[in-house]
Amino acid sequence: MEKMPRWADVVLVPLISLLLAFGISALVILAIGENPWEAVKLMVSGALGSTYGWGYTLYFATNFMFTGLAVSVAFHAKLFNIGGEGQATLGGLGVALVCLMIPWPHWAIALPVAMIGGALFGAAWAAIPAYLQAARGSHIVITTIMFNFIGAALLNYVLVNQLRPDGAMDPASANFAEGTHLPTLHDILAVFGIPFSKSAPVNISFLIALVACVLVWLLIWRTKTGYEIRSYGQSEPAAIYAGIRPVRITMIAMLISGGLAGLMAINNVMGEAERLVLNSVEGAGFIGIAVALMGRSHPFGVALAAILFGFLYQGGAELALWMNIQRELIVVIQALVILFTGALDNMVRMPIERVFLRMRRG
Amino acid sequence: MEFLTLIQVLDATLRLATPLLLACLAGLFSERAGVFDIGLEGKMLMAAFYSAAVAFVSGSVWLGLGAGILASVTLSMLHGVASITFRGNQLISGVAINFLAAGMTVLVAQSWFQQGGRTPSLLGGARFEGLELPFAIGPTEAAAADRPLGQLIGEASVFQQFYSELLSGHSIIVYIALLCVPATWYVLFRTRFGLRLRAVGENPAAVDTAGISVVGIRFAAVAICGVLCGIAGAYLATALQAGFVKDMTAGRGFIALAALIFAKWRPWYALYACLLFGFLQALALRPDLIETTTGVAVQVQLLDALPYILTVVILAGFVGKAIPPRAGGTPYVKER
Repeated sequence: MEKMPRWADVVLVPLISLLLAFGISALVILAIGENPWEAVKLMVSGALGSTYGWGYTLYFATNFMFTGLAVSVAFHAKLFNIGGEGQATLGGLGVALVCLMIPWPHWAIALPVAMIGGALFGAAWAAIPAYLQAARGSHIVITTIMFNFIGAALLNYVLVNQLRPDGAMDPASANFAEGTHLPTLHDILAVFGIPFSKSAPVNISFLIALVACVLVWLLIWRTKTGYEIRSYGQSEPAAIYAGIRPVRITMIAMLISGGLAGLMAINNVMGEAERLVLNSVEGAGFIGIAVALMGRSHPFGVALAAILFGFLYQGGAELALWMNIQRELIVVIQALVILFTGALDNMVRMPIERVFLRMRRG
Repeated sequence: MEFLTLIQVLDATLRLATPLLLACLAGLFSERAGVFDIGLEGKMLMAAFYSAAVAFVSGSVWLGLGAGILASVTLSMLHGVASITFRGNQLISGVAINFLAAGMTVLVAQSWFQQGGRTPSLLGGARFEGLELPFAIGPTEAAAADRPLGQLIGEASVFQQFYSELLSGHSIIVYIALLCVPATWYVLFRTRFGLRLRAVGENPAAVDTAGISVVGIRFAAVAICGVLCGIAGAYLATALQAGFVKDMTAGRGFIALAALIFAKWRPWYALYACLLFGFLQALALRPDLIETTTGVAVQVQLLDALPYILTVVILAGFVGKAIPPRAGGTPYVKER
């Protein structure tokens, strides 16, 4: 018998964890001598009070959807992919190479190829840790962390020595040509006559991220591969008994995971920066962990959590601008969300289970 | 390469290896007891900030060290509560601790000092000064002779150069870190507590059957881990550098983790691994040296990435297999 109803597991527990995380964040704001209520008001007005704010919120949310999905797919196979940061970094390289090498006539042709490039590079960066985990038993958490650092060093090398235009000082690639510039939400909504901020970076990648959420849902719950991934994650011996090969499933789950992380680059590299810079991922790979944990590894939850974190990210930027609160507040909130929804899950869950058991008995 | 240059690089190796070594031994205690800890980085960072902040305000580096240890142990206890008491995922808890430290240090630093997330520079008694060993040429001799120290050492004999430049003149924490290696070996392999700690990491059920508290031993291990990380962080901010800057650990916690795997969870090998990775960091500071000695220009980025690449190679089992403590990563559930 289930200890508590499904809605409590899916909605109540994450909600309480989130409230705990926000409560402690408010205490942190109080402790550094600022007013939490003022901060919340500023964040809401800055991130949601204008189409400009929404544009940034959704732009960040796009990044987090891709990385959140990446972590989720791996979670379903009980693999903890901390390497989203490195995979997204390499995805950026793939997208940049596609955009720089070929003179694209129109973005609609460039985008699919760039997506393949980003996903391939991201998947390739996940493939080595995946193979080492599957075939040689090295711990995937450690290897993906190592690959984050190796990826950063590799990108640094490529930018400084290969992609940097002659005479340029900062380690960045040349600007992408006109034919690769993606339409922003402003351009798309203008077709329907809806006004939207022109300077916000949210672009067509947001719609692709939403499609990716649906596709991942189909993959996990409606295909044979998804079934195999979930069975392997639930119980390895049972999966092996059912004829599912661990090496194959580990590889497939991690390749999809890395590919999704790499896809993020169509948003931040192709859509926003329109060139490849150092540290273009800016921690989005790690926020994917918080997003996946909060979204309970379900694409719908991931999409919601990604928008929440997009709001926090944009709101945090406003705080840094107008109040004496550094942007790092977001990192603290992110840490608390990971802590409560991930590591301290039992602390929240156990008392609630007890309450439900008592209600059922009484 | 001149002998003195070599000595200077080795001197830098020792200084850069110290925080790695302390963090690596910290991880050794925790992981030998079956608690994986990828939060070494965060604990060091938190300790670095609080030691620098308290040392600046009080003017005493020892108070700073105490504050750093306290901050680090607090995070350790959080890790313990999450992963031992509530049997949460140890890796996720470690990730959370890293972010908590990265965010909190900058927030609090800005609130206290208004310098964009750093502490003011530490001077005089707020820093660990170099210890001058007996008969070594140090700043006092240079002041007495009224000549620069480098010149005096350059004229000294080879043995004196080795002694004065490499062995003498480090802060006390460098010597403490080196002493921690035999101490760790002794505690783990020659005491009852060490036997129990290792047993808890391999087969907690057996320890439980013998009537010893698994939770107690694991908390003790995690606390020791916190103390060592605290010293490592304090060393970064008050000895290696003069003050805290944002993200100053710069991945050292992960290099220490790499060294721990490289050393296959053994204290003496941990020392060798940390010296090796410290040497790579020292070389990355002097890329010109490699080119003049070997004639081959090595990319700095390759040197930066080398500890991580080596770890992956080790993990892949191509150079002997690294087998972690058997119960590592799994919370212990008492049979009911």
